[in-house]
Amino acid sequence: MDDPRRQSAQPDYDAFAPLLDGPWYTDEHRAFRESVRRFVEAEISPHVDAWDEAGAFPRELYKKAGQMGLLALGYPEELGGVEADPFFALILQQEVARAGSGGVPASLFSSGISMPPVAHFARDAVRRTVVPQVLAGDKIAALAVTEPGGGSDVANLRTTARRDGDDYVINGEKTFISSGMRADYLTVAVRTGGEGAGGISLLLVDGDAPGLARTALKKMGWWCSDTATLYFDDVRVPVERLVGKENQGFHAAMVNFNGERLSLAALCNGFALVCLEEAVNYARQRHTFGRALITRQAIRHKLATMAQRIRATQAYIERTAWAMGEGRQPAADIALLKNQATETLEHCAREAVQIFGGAGYLRGAKVERIYREVRVMAIGGGAEEIMRDLAANQLGF
Amino acid sequence: MKVLVPVKRVVDYNVKVRVKADNSGVELANVKMSMNPFDEIAVEEAVRLKEAGTATEVVVVSIGPKQAQETIRTGLAMGGDRGILVEYDAETEPLAVAKLLKAIAAEENPDLVVLGKQAIDDDCSQTGQMLAQLLGWSQGTFASKVTPGDGTVDVTREIDGGLETIQLKMPAVVTADLRLNEPRYASLPNIMKAKKKEIAMKTPADYGVDMTPRLSTERVEEPPERQAGVMVESVSDLVAALKEKGAL
Repeated sequence: MDDPRRQSAQPDYDAFAPLLDGPWYTDEHRAFRESVRRFVEAEISPHVDAWDEAGAFPRELYKKAGQMGLLALGYPEELGGVEADPFFALILQQEVARAGSGGVPASLFSSGISMPPVAHFARDAVRRTVVPQVLAGDKIAALAVTEPGGGSDVANLRTTARRDGDDYVINGEKTFISSGMRADYLTVAVRTGGEGAGGISLLLVDGDAPGLARTALKKMGWWCSDTATLYFDDVRVPVERLVGKENQGFHAAMVNFNGERLSLAALCNGFALVCLEEAVNYARQRHTFGRALITRQAIRHKLATMAQRIRATQAYIERTAWAMGEGRQPAADIALLKNQATETLEHCAREAVQIFGGAGYLRGAKVERIYREVRVMAIGGGAEEIMRDLAANQLGF
Repeated sequence: MKVLVPVKRVVDYNVKVRVKADNSGVELANVKMSMNPFDEIAVEEAVRLKEAGTATEVVVVSIGPKQAQETIRTGLAMGGDRGILVEYDAETEPLAVAKLLKAIAAEENPDLVVLGKQAIDDDCSQTGQMLAQLLGWSQGTFASKVTPGDGTVDVTREIDGGLETIQLKMPAVVTADLRLNEPRYASLPNIMKAKKKEIAMKTPADYGVDMTPRLSTERVEEPPERQAGVMVESVSDLVAALKEKGAL
C-alpha cells in the first residue's frame, strides 16, 4: 500500500461499489450502509488480527453494536427492535464481511438465530425481559441445537427434558455452539416427547444454570468466536421458560433457519467480494517478469470469473430477500442460494489465494483467513448436501 | 435554546481526489460525497446539547445541490430535528454562504449557530467568522469545548500557547475544532426516524442573496509525485548520502 508507484496509479478497486443499485434499495438502506461501514472500519477491521490470535473479541463490542441497533433488525419495537426489511440484514452482513473475519459475525450475531423464537413464541414475561437485554448488547444469546450424535438431523436429537413439578430437567450434550462459552441465554432444542420431529421443544436456559458445563473448541477458522460443547447434567429450567408449545419446537427451529441462511449467503458473498477486491488490488501492484500481474490473461480471466459468479450470487440473494420481504418463506430458493453462495465463496477464496501466491499463505492477509473459513460456511447453518436434499424435496423431485 | 447547524456536502475524506484532465478543478463525477467531518462534529455537539436538555431544537441547514438532502438526512439521523436545504448547483463561496446563513438566522432566530471550523474541500475557514460579522454576533472559533451558561456560552479554544476560554454573549457563532467531540454513528432506529423528519426546500432567491462568485480559479494541479526512497546500510552511508545531496 505504501508503494509510491501505486499512489500515482489508479485508485484502489472497490468491489462493493456496484452494490445497493437496484429497485429494492432506498436512501435509508444507503444511510445504514454508510453508518455500518464507518462502524466496521473504526471498531472491527483494525482489531480482527489481534482478536483472532487472542481467541476472542471484547464483550463490549456487543454493547457498541447494540447501541447502533445492529442486533435489533427485524424485531418488534416493543422489545427494543427495529422493524426493517430483509435488505438491512444483507447490508449489515456484507459490510461486516469487509473486515475479512468470519469469527466476529459468528459470535456477534449469534442472537440472530437464538432470539427470534424467543421473541415470537416465548411467554410474554420472558420475552419482554430477555429480548431487550440481548438486542441492547447487554446480554449474549446462543442457539443450541446440534449434538455430537448429529447436526442437521434435528428431528432425531437426543438431549432430553423431563418434566418434574414446575421444572424441566435437561440431560444431554450440545456441540459446535457459537457464543457457547459466553452466552448468558441459551435457546436449547430438547426432546420432551416421543421420537421424531413431534417430540421436540425449545427451552430458554440461563448461562449460569447449575449443572451446565462448557468446553471451548479449537477450530480451523473463526478463532475469535467462542465455540463450545455444552454438557447438561440435570439442569433445571422452570416451565415458564418453554418457548412456544411443548413438542412443537421443531417447526420454530426450522423456520428460524430461513433467516439464518439468507444472512449466511449474504455474508459469504461479502467475503467473496473481499477476495475479488484484494486480488485485483494485489494483481495491479504485483510485478512479475517485468509486467503487472493484472496484465496477464490467466489472471484477468480468473478475476472476471470471480466477478461473474459474485454478481450472479448477489442477484439471487436480492431476489430471495425481496420474496422474504413479501412475507414468503421460499425454502427451496433459500437452500439453493446458500449453496450458490458457499460455492462462489469457495471458488473466489481459492482464486484469490492463488493470485496472491505465497503472500496469500501468510497470516495477516485477509484472503488467507477467508480461505480457512470457507468450509465452516459450507457446513454450518445446513451442510451443502442437506441443502440439496431439502431443495429437491421442496421442488417436488 | 435553538441551535442552527450549517453543514456542507464535500468529497468524502477517504477519497483520493484527482485533478480534472483540463486542470479546471477536482474530479467530482462518480466520487463519493459525505458531510464535511468538522460539520459532523458540529452536529454532534448540537445533539449533545439537546440530549443534555440545554437545547430544545436542532435545525440542520445546507447550501448545495439536491443531493445535499442526503447530507442533511445524515444530520437528522444523528439527532437533528428538521432541515433546510437552499438548493444551489454551482460551487459555493464563504461570503455568499454567510449571507444566506444570515438570512436564515433572521428567520429562525437561533441562540447558537454551530458549524465546522472549515470544509475539507476548499479549506477556507471563513464562513463562521464572516457570518458572525454580518450578524454582529459574538464568535468563538476553533472550539474544543462548549459550555452554555445563562445567556452566555463558554468556548475553549486551542491556541498556540495552550487553551484559551472565552465567554460569549448569546446569540453567538461557534466553529467546531477536531477535538470538540467524537461524532456518533447514526443508529438504525434514528436512520428510520430521520426519514419522517421535514426538510424545507429553498433557493438563494428566496433570501435575496446574490451567489455570483467573487473568486476565479486559474489552474489546479496535482502535487509533485513522491519519489521512491533508498535504503542505506549504515549511519556513515546516511551522512555521506546527505552530504552528496547538499543537505548537510
